[in-house]
Amino acid sequence: MPHDHHDHPHALLPPEPALRVKALETILCDKGLIDPAALEEIIDTYQNKIGPQNGARVVAKAWMDPDFKRALLQDATEVVRDLGYYGRQGEHMVVVENTAEQHNMVVCTLCSCYPWPLLGIPPGWYKSDAYRARAVREPRKVLAEFGVTLPPDTSVRVWDSTAEVRYLVLPMRPEGTEGWTEDQLVALVSRDSMIGTGLALAAASVIEGVEASNQSVEGTAE
Amino acid sequence: MSRVHDMGGRFGDGAVLPEPQDGPVFATEWHARALAVTLACGSLGQWNIDTSRHARERLSPKDYSRFSYYEKWISALADLLVETGVLTLEDLEQAAERAKDQAGGSEEIQKSHPLSSRRLLPEQVAAVLAKGGPADRQEGPVARFQPGQKVRTRRLSDSALVNGGHTRLPNYAAGAVGHIERYHGNHVLPDSAAHGLGEAPEPLYAVRFAASELWAHPEHPGDQVVLDLWQSYLLPEEVA
Repeated sequence: MPHDHHDHPHALLPPEPALRVKALETILCDKGLIDPAALEEIIDTYQNKIGPQNGARVVAKAWMDPDFKRALLQDATEVVRDLGYYGRQGEHMVVVENTAEQHNMVVCTLCSCYPWPLLGIPPGWYKSDAYRARAVREPRKVLAEFGVTLPPDTSVRVWDSTAEVRYLVLPMRPEGTEGWTEDQLVALVSRDSMIGTGLALAAASVIEGVEASNQSVEGTAE
Repeated sequence: MSRVHDMGGRFGDGAVLPEPQDGPVFATEWHARALAVTLACGSLGQWNIDTSRHARERLSPKDYSRFSYYEKWISALADLLVETGVLTLEDLEQAAERAKDQAGGSEEIQKSHPLSSRRLLPEQVAAVLAKGGPADRQEGPVARFQPGQKVRTRRLSDSALVNGGHTRLPNYAAGAVGHIERYHGNHVLPDSAAHGLGEAPEPLYAVRFAASELWAHPEHPGDQVVLDLWQSYLLPEEVA
């Protein structure tokens, strides 16, 4: 079957995706247009350095400090920049707060825009056709697929990231966490709770989790 | 008029499949490499973010639908590299041949591409990723709308500037009445920047719509959708 190589040059490359990447990477390296060590550096950054732990830190601080929270909701870009969370795909940040009256949820229907400096690389489902197509039309059915059911008097506000502004959801602080330290609170902030397809974890779930991981550490030591 | 990437509100896609939150960042090795090669090529300075989004959207509808996320990236990258003259069709053919051989018998190709001095170096990566590419600009028209004001989006969602061109007004929100939620400042207009027509910055707003304005069967009377929309996508709506 003939391909139109002039409209779509990519059709010249091998159809198998891993091979397609390899072919392009090799020729670009040979021509001196990319540096393999730079590729490793990029991968290491997003695999190990930048991820949802950054966003969780911001959320925990907002739960603990009303002045920080006020500033964050006013101008998130500046506030998270001060924490060192700035960069590609996070140049313009807005944080939206969940309340008993309103739940927020973030999508990008046109591609897969996502706040990289705070959450890292988006998970597969965020980039899926199903999420992109359905989050704006039936967010409650989508939430149910994540095991989340909202009270009937909570409205849902879905943010479709159509520009270079990136949105982070500030989830509600779980009950029974008064007096917790920032690190303890961070453990409650799941990635999905900052996209709005989840809620922050219940206090009890983390306490159990801490015990469980202690046990497994002991098990390993034996 | 709708295009394949503009899928907001589409029916028939089935369930969303959540993944473990502590799962791997990249499902397979080539996903990571596709991302890294794409970002590294950005440093060659031959296109902007709007050009590269448009390149993904211009994949044929058949390819767009069957390709996974990173297949779209790498395929659009190959197209862009040829369109901007960085690589030739012959280069791609040769690359494919060598990938097929697998022998990797690295016959030396010319090392000195005119753009090789722009190659992203490992020691530059952290700074380049941390710098990002802000889209806000001081110049451009003054804001015509105030928070709370009632507005209507253009009835037609296709690009007003270029026939079949890039735009960020989704079809599901075209011709809809909403309210200005927030003014973001002036931002580069993708409809222009994607086509080399200049940045043409314009006021950008978050605009709030009732779900009932967008869907015949909204899930809940209180639900809303907010989109970021440029001033030229919006018309003032008379308050009755």
